[in-house]
Amino acid sequence: MSSTVVTSGSEGKTWGGGNEPLKASYGKMMMWFFIVSDALTFSGFLAAYGFSRFKFIDSWPIADEVFTHVPFLHGQELPMIYVAFMTFILIMSSVTMVLAVDAGHHLNKAKVTFYMFLTIIGGLIFVGSQAWEWATFIQGDYGAVQTKGGNILQFVDAEGHRVALRDFVVAEPKERTQHERKSGLWFTSESALPTYTVEEVIHGLEAHDNVLVRTQTLTEEGEKTILSRAESLEIIKANGKQVVEGANLHVNEYGSPLFADFFFFITGFHGFHVFSGVVINIIIFFNVVLGTYEKRKSYEMVEKVGLYWHFVDLVWVFVFTFFYLV
Amino acid sequence: MSAHADTHAHDDHGHHHKETFVTKYIFSQDHKMIAKQYLITGTIMGVIGIIMSLMFRMQIAWPEEPNVIFEALLGKWAPEGVMDADIYLALVTIHGTIMVFFVLTAGLSGTFSNLLIPLQIGARDMASGFLNMVSYWLFFLSSVVMVLSLFVEAGPAAAGWTIYPPLSALPMAQGGSGMGMTLWLVSMAIFIASSLLGSLNYIVTVLNLRTKGMTMTRLPLTIWAFFITAVIGVISFPVLLSAALLLIMDRSFGTSFFLSDIFIQGEVLHYQGGSPVLFEHLFWFLGHPEVYIVILPAMGLVSEIMAANSRKPIFGYRAMIASILAIAFLSTIVWGHHMFISGMNPFLGSVFTFTTLLIAIPSAVKAFNWITTLWKGNLQMNPAMLFSIGFVSTFITGGLTGIILGDSALDINVHDTYFVVAHFHLVMGISALYGMFAGIYHWYPKMFGRMLNKNLGYIHFWITAICAYGVFFPMHFIGMAGLPRRYYTNSNFPLFDDLANVNVVITVFALIGGAVQIIYLYNFFISIFYGKKAEQNPWKSTTLEWTTPVEHIHGNWPGEIPHVHRWAYDYSKPGHDVDFVPQTVPLKDGEEELQH
Repeated sequence: MSSTVVTSGSEGKTWGGGNEPLKASYGKMMMWFFIVSDALTFSGFLAAYGFSRFKFIDSWPIADEVFTHVPFLHGQELPMIYVAFMTFILIMSSVTMVLAVDAGHHLNKAKVTFYMFLTIIGGLIFVGSQAWEWATFIQGDYGAVQTKGGNILQFVDAEGHRVALRDFVVAEPKERTQHERKSGLWFTSESALPTYTVEEVIHGLEAHDNVLVRTQTLTEEGEKTILSRAESLEIIKANGKQVVEGANLHVNEYGSPLFADFFFFITGFHGFHVFSGVVINIIIFFNVVLGTYEKRKSYEMVEKVGLYWHFVDLVWVFVFTFFYLV
Repeated sequence: MSAHADTHAHDDHGHHHKETFVTKYIFSQDHKMIAKQYLITGTIMGVIGIIMSLMFRMQIAWPEEPNVIFEALLGKWAPEGVMDADIYLALVTIHGTIMVFFVLTAGLSGTFSNLLIPLQIGARDMASGFLNMVSYWLFFLSSVVMVLSLFVEAGPAAAGWTIYPPLSALPMAQGGSGMGMTLWLVSMAIFIASSLLGSLNYIVTVLNLRTKGMTMTRLPLTIWAFFITAVIGVISFPVLLSAALLLIMDRSFGTSFFLSDIFIQGEVLHYQGGSPVLFEHLFWFLGHPEVYIVILPAMGLVSEIMAANSRKPIFGYRAMIASILAIAFLSTIVWGHHMFISGMNPFLGSVFTFTTLLIAIPSAVKAFNWITTLWKGNLQMNPAMLFSIGFVSTFITGGLTGIILGDSALDINVHDTYFVVAHFHLVMGISALYGMFAGIYHWYPKMFGRMLNKNLGYIHFWITAICAYGVFFPMHFIGMAGLPRRYYTNSNFPLFDDLANVNVVITVFALIGGAVQIIYLYNFFISIFYGKKAEQNPWKSTTLEWTTPVEHIHGNWPGEIPHVHRWAYDYSKPGHDVDFVPQTVPLKDGEEELQH
């Protein structure tokens, strides 16, 4: 290089080279672009969800009827209360993460440790709640009958309140046993036998005058269609195929199986992100405790995992909106 | 001047003096070595992909005739030397996958982004050498899985490279839908991770590690192309990941995202409510930007090589950048033109037609700029330049048919015929391959410190160029005549009997074109050891990579990183004694910096 002082015409300019034009280290920018990429993955899923939901716009399950449970409060209908709590916890964990990052800027190890700890606790509560939410959804509550065409028939009383199968159907002794692989050459699997058969449901329905069938078709008021007594008996006898209790990847007592497919997949994918976020947070937490960043005089790693954590929270806001609110 | 010497990431690089064989050649974190690893892996995959294409071309030309080559290479898939229909579909599928992803995405972008980004922007290495290494090894792993999938008992994936459900979603749908398809998906998932890590590195390196004076508008167009390619990759590959994950759920866990109302042998399957068209949307949201991921790096390489070998500044530098940006933006809103006959609303089809035809504008800007760069230039017709000119030729030829296919009213008539095959092979397959060859001929001295044999290069170019048009030009006509693509044989359709001879001609050109690549491979591998020793700046080029020593060193420049004082295209500048002024030369008193 020449020893004379020359100007390249760009010294000191933001984009002049030899600096960080966006005032961010390469690691932090990589995290930002990773987030862009991950956001597109979630967008793919949510767009697919929207596509499928729009296809079944007139029969999609009503979220307020699905997510009504709160731990320790059995038998009470409290729609959205628990998921609101989960969301609140997750957002609060973002707040504690902000406080941890801020404490990091002041190189205050004790405070970083404290707030990282709170963030981890918040994440664990969220993942645990998610597991509970899944378990409740899988277990189901009222039970329903699936028709040959794949539609779901639910049961209500004269006032339109839901009636559970166990309240009007009596299980009769039966011969049928669960098929297993050893019992047939070509047999691979079958889903667990439901508690009741369609026959028993028909008998129960005949015995209880006040029970009506509700189809999954939405009326113009946005409520499910309730059939008359005669129609109820007719549709079950003509089309009833199997009793469905709870939800899994094949059937869903609340309506379209796609609702369950997307619910399990998208909240599962998000839950996996939260879980890995918690694991990363724990690693960083120990690094903070061991003084790694104090020696480095920079808590930038806390900032980077903070970015990821906020992103995971932000994604939840969208998932929450699409699955629970709209 | 030493104040800026190194930024954070590179402080530790100075201490790596002792290198073992493993850290130097295998788990290397040096971008120049990783570039070579990408190139060699991509070359091996390319050879596999080309051999596959030659095999199915032979089947098309001489349908169901016994062939010793089939017997030797396909084994049980060619009983008595006659190619099985299932393996034909598998060969087409894996050929497409390998060429698009493993050769023209990873092989092209991986090689030249790694080699040129740090060298041309004046950086010691990539921002994160470690992630760069991980990126390569993930790519290597995904290549291994893809090759292994050729050997599973029921055959490799055979649903086409677009893996549309239900063929890809039901493991019992056909032979290749089983383990072969699973391995395909595993391989692509690893590939996406590799691509993501690579892209993140390229983006942040270009943003943060440019040397002093290297403003964004002094960057060579190669860097702009790699930069924007990486951005498109970060935006579109994750959507393919979404599609692949949902597909895996359908395959293995019984969800119904892409499946509905499926009967197999009178038995109704439980899938209910899904839509294969949803998969097409998700797939093509990646699939279309993917063709620009393939072609943009080639465009960047060609722009650079043409300027250097015309001894003229590139014409319309800023227009070139603007058109790259425009192409990148438009590429994300045109995916529907792959789905005109999927039953989409005709109005939606017309929207996608509009956005698709818009791409012709920035593409034409680029084509005209290349031609104008050649205009009255002092042309140096070396092999790299010939391949660059060949690139412009095939890009224009293939681009023109793109206008036909982008129009929904016209596309419906030639959909899924050889017309489509001709179009995309010329515009992205052959063009990108030409760009890759041009890049290899031009930067071989930088990679290996030796020159490729020029005469073998000329033979390679001319025979390849003749054969490429010999293969793909007639396909336009047989496509117009209605010959459908992906058919194992056309002998069952009397109306195509007249086209049989054309298919023989195409296959003969393909065989010659394939065989001539042996000359190139010979040239490539022999020259590593016996090629003429390269000078520091063999092409008298202005860019920074030619200011580094011929022998590779860790950190690229022995002393300080040079500063940059002018843009990358000061060729034949008036007022200078030589016809090129490297970027490191300060402006003279009163000299103005030219920018077109």
